[in-house]
Amino acid sequence: MKLIEILKLSISTFKTHRLRSFLTTLGIIIGVMTVIAILSLIQGLNMTVEKQISSLGSNTIFVQKIAWGMGRVDFEEVAKRKDLTIEDGEALKKLPSVDKLSYVKSTNVGTITYGINKARNIEVIGSDENLQYTSNYTVTTGRFINEDDFKRRRKVCVIGSYIVENLFPNTDPLFKTINLGGKQFTIIGVLEPKGTFMGQPQDNIIIIPLTTFDEVFPKPTGFQRLWRSLSFQILPKDGKNLERTIDEIREVLRRRRRLGFDKPDDFGINTQQTLREIYRNITNVAFIVMIAVAAISLIVGGIGIMNIMLVAVTERTREIGLRKAVGASNRDILLQFLLEACFLSFLGGLIGLILGISSAKIIAALTPLESAVPLWVVIIGVLFPICVGIFFGIYPATRAAKLNPIEALRYE
Amino acid sequence: MLCQLINIKKVYSTGKVSFPALNGINLTIEKGEYTAIMGPSGSGKSTLLNIIGFLDTPTEGKYYYQGKEVSNLTDYELAKLRNKEVGFVFQNFNLLPRLTAFSNVELPLIYAGIGVKERRRLVMEMLEKVGLKERATHRPNELSGGEMQRVAIARALVNNPSLILADEPTGNLDTKSGNEIMKIFDQLASEGRTIIIVTHDPNIASHAKRLIRITDGIIIEDKIIK
Repeated sequence: MKLIEILKLSISTFKTHRLRSFLTTLGIIIGVMTVIAILSLIQGLNMTVEKQISSLGSNTIFVQKIAWGMGRVDFEEVAKRKDLTIEDGEALKKLPSVDKLSYVKSTNVGTITYGINKARNIEVIGSDENLQYTSNYTVTTGRFINEDDFKRRRKVCVIGSYIVENLFPNTDPLFKTINLGGKQFTIIGVLEPKGTFMGQPQDNIIIIPLTTFDEVFPKPTGFQRLWRSLSFQILPKDGKNLERTIDEIREVLRRRRRLGFDKPDDFGINTQQTLREIYRNITNVAFIVMIAVAAISLIVGGIGIMNIMLVAVTERTREIGLRKAVGASNRDILLQFLLEACFLSFLGGLIGLILGISSAKIIAALTPLESAVPLWVVIIGVLFPICVGIFFGIYPATRAAKLNPIEALRYE
Repeated sequence: MLCQLINIKKVYSTGKVSFPALNGINLTIEKGEYTAIMGPSGSGKSTLLNIIGFLDTPTEGKYYYQGKEVSNLTDYELAKLRNKEVGFVFQNFNLLPRLTAFSNVELPLIYAGIGVKERRRLVMEMLEKVGLKERATHRPNELSGGEMQRVAIARALVNNPSLILADEPTGNLDTKSGNEIMKIFDQLASEGRTIIIVTHDPNIASHAKRLIRITDGIIIEDKIIK
């Protein structure tokens, strides 16, 4: 008997027991649906995060007092670390592999006002003209701060789009002045919106010359020092190996900070790659949990299918006997029941896949989350249930195939 | 010589109790013979028919079909024999209730691996032969007992088997339908088909040309009646 005939047969059996077949596959449907929905959302999240990490500036190296990471941080040790200095920066600028280096200090000034308008949660960044390149800022109107502003300690600022929206909803912000730390700052430029970074707003910033920053915001004390201390953003020259540049930076800083060769770094050199690794660590855990959930739900679904197939074999004993009497071989019967089990689980997988993708799309539409459905998710959603069908269908099908024809025909 | 049975024995055992159904049957069936096997219930006549039709296997003895020993055959070869060589007609029809008359008749052809078009032609030809062409799309529960048995006969004949085996084919039918069924068997016999009918009804047996009587698993009489 041809395989295609057996397949037709298995599908026709499914049609006569629609409700029962549907209930049987419900386990698989729900399992696949959950897994596909969550996988799509994780994929969407991965894409968003990847986009955001890339938006940091593809090669920018962040030199700070703390290394990014997930492990436990010894804050006391970190607090004792020496600040990075402008001189450190100047030394790094001399490295042949360094293209641009910007100095960065920042502080949160809370709410600022202009007339009756307010903007909350404002981050003031003290920096220089190179920040434009190292942080990938684009100015939409006016200009960025320049070397002159830096040298002359001008009270000028470049503001993020969030501030424009909140403080200057109906007016042109250029050359207006805003009050920061008791001093008046003239707005000389507006930045292109960047959106959020991992849920954090990025357009609530005011960039001022670092020299002015030190004047307006005096050196903080205690714990605050950690976040307010100087850091560098470094852009390596095109075509330079990132790893080697990092090694060079490390060497210069260790020498300048007089670290013994047996001491660990007392500063952090962070890149996009660091963030990616952190993110990957988090999602790897989520992935393992997903696989476990998927496995459990598919096993439960598979047992449901095995159960109904065993019932079907008993129920259709006479049919099996008759089929054998008219010439069905053991293989024909085995394949008939195996394909039935596979078809059930395949259909469950297909429905689950469709429901999973649609629910991910719905969730993506209703929440800030995004969804993405890569091909491999679709393939898994279809193939895996079929494997479950084969695995849990083989026993009932073997039982059916082994039935003695005459006993099966006499079965009441 | 189509079938040759030598000292066939069959013992059914359920746990400790064993029940001998056949106690040494020696029998040959020639091509074109129209045979009736008679005996009281429990005499082993159905068991004998099942063994001849490859549905059951003897506990002891040798069965040669067209010169080949059946006990040496694999499951697959037995399935082929059941499919191509034998057409079975059962007392309770054994039609699949979910399938139409057409699909029921089609079954052996599907297992024989015959293509859709050819199947359609053969099935319709057979249904016409048993006078049920108009009933092709009906399911068994929409057919009378006589009609169901005619569908079953069409199914038995559709693969053009060498051997037609009927186990009390009229047992569940009224006299009129029974007679119609027997007319079909007589017709088939006159076409030169080999037919074996198991029955306990002397009237049915009288249609055959050879009569075999069985009691307690042994042949007590084997004679030509026509």
